[in-house]
Amino acid sequence: MEIIIEFIPSVLMMLPPSGEELFAAVSKATCLALREAETRLPSDVIAALQRAVANETSEIAREELGRILENIALAGRLEVPICQDTGVPVVYLTVPPGIPLTDGLLEAVADGVRKATCEIPLRPNVVHPLERTNTGDNTGPGMPEIHIRPGNCLKITVLPKGAGAENMSRLAMLLPTQKDQIERFVTETVLVAGGKPCPPVILGVGIGGTFDGVAALAKEALLEPIDHMDPFEKELCDAVNALGVGPMGLGGKTTALAVKVKTASCHTASMPVAVNVQCWAARRATQEVVW
Amino acid sequence: MNPVYLETPLSDEVLNLRAGDQVLLSGTIYTARDEAHMKMMKDGIPFDPVGAAVYHCGPVISGSRILAAGPTTSARLNRLTGFLLDAGVRALIGKGGMGSEVVDHLRGRGIYLAATGGCAVLAASRMILQGVFYEDLGMAEAIWIIKADRLPLVVGIDSEGGDLFGAVEREAKLQFYSRYTT
Repeated sequence: MEIIIEFIPSVLMMLPPSGEELFAAVSKATCLALREAETRLPSDVIAALQRAVANETSEIAREELGRILENIALAGRLEVPICQDTGVPVVYLTVPPGIPLTDGLLEAVADGVRKATCEIPLRPNVVHPLERTNTGDNTGPGMPEIHIRPGNCLKITVLPKGAGAENMSRLAMLLPTQKDQIERFVTETVLVAGGKPCPPVILGVGIGGTFDGVAALAKEALLEPIDHMDPFEKELCDAVNALGVGPMGLGGKTTALAVKVKTASCHTASMPVAVNVQCWAARRATQEVVW
Repeated sequence: MNPVYLETPLSDEVLNLRAGDQVLLSGTIYTARDEAHMKMMKDGIPFDPVGAAVYHCGPVISGSRILAAGPTTSARLNRLTGFLLDAGVRALIGKGGMGSEVVDHLRGRGIYLAATGGCAVLAASRMILQGVFYEDLGMAEAIWIIKADRLPLVVGIDSEGGDLFGAVEREAKLQFYSRYTT
């Protein structure tokens, strides 16, 4: 009997959902992922902030980091957004073979964003690029920004991206002979940014691909947990921290919590490099879609 | 370091504060971002600016509650701030610091207070919503009238040209150009 009870739901899970079921499930999962991301930071980010407090010697830097940790705890307890800039919805979707990739599927993600905006609530941030009229629900042409790739199950990862840090991101088409210039470009990006992107930041660095592809790579690097850096990433991170910009640009040892790098093959005559700047509120969450 | 308690409307007392001083600010403050600054320049300031504190912030409001109200990047308002200081505004609150034109304009007039970027819930937990101007500009861009209770801030720019952000930036530039000589 027990076996049967456990068996039936898993069989039902395998059946392809109707269009309506799928729409509702995707919308719900998007909304849940956004709620999780907006109100609770991943544990690897919190751990990095805690290590930073212990490492700082400047009183102002310690105060700033202390307030950040207090704010994170308060947001989680009250289930409200960590930051008032709740960002624009960047969404990564993995789609399994049995699920048709249709406009309806993407519309379901947008529906989840609208619900989240209303229910959490989120600040309506999405506007027409030139007229600056606000759509009021965080969706619009091209928003949410959805990246799709094949996978084993239907999974939604959200990366709400605030403007303070996004605005300081940069891209360079370096020459193939300028490998030694990568570190300089990354460090310069942080120097130019100063306190504006709400440091301590996390840097997503894309190297290779094409002009547009490298920017997407840099953003994808921000999906990686920050509890581990390879030697190259660590080297970049140390170079950035040597600037002493510190928490909020008020000085200190912690300018970047981590640097994460993603690479792709590129043209023999090119070396695109992109740096996507992420504030300390590195919000990301994943929900599997169930129906 | 013990924090200095300030209450709006602010007086000459702010002129004695120095960059790096910790402050707990109470009293009425007004949020204003890009659109509100543009509208105030055109239509006039809708509140009494004498001794006022202007907060660079676009909060999340739900009904009559402030849910999240951390600072926005102040540098976007570098060229839009002079008229407020001329009208008597004593304190600008925001994040990331402001340009040299504002540092100069603050001399003998007022101070820039740095709020911790992203600490929106902490800030909101010390605020009560009192009213709104320019609601038609939308939630992020409207001027929200807020009663603050001991908002934790640090003096980023003082009234004698002391600029914490500027000092950090100069040091960072030195580091950068010593590391990358080309």
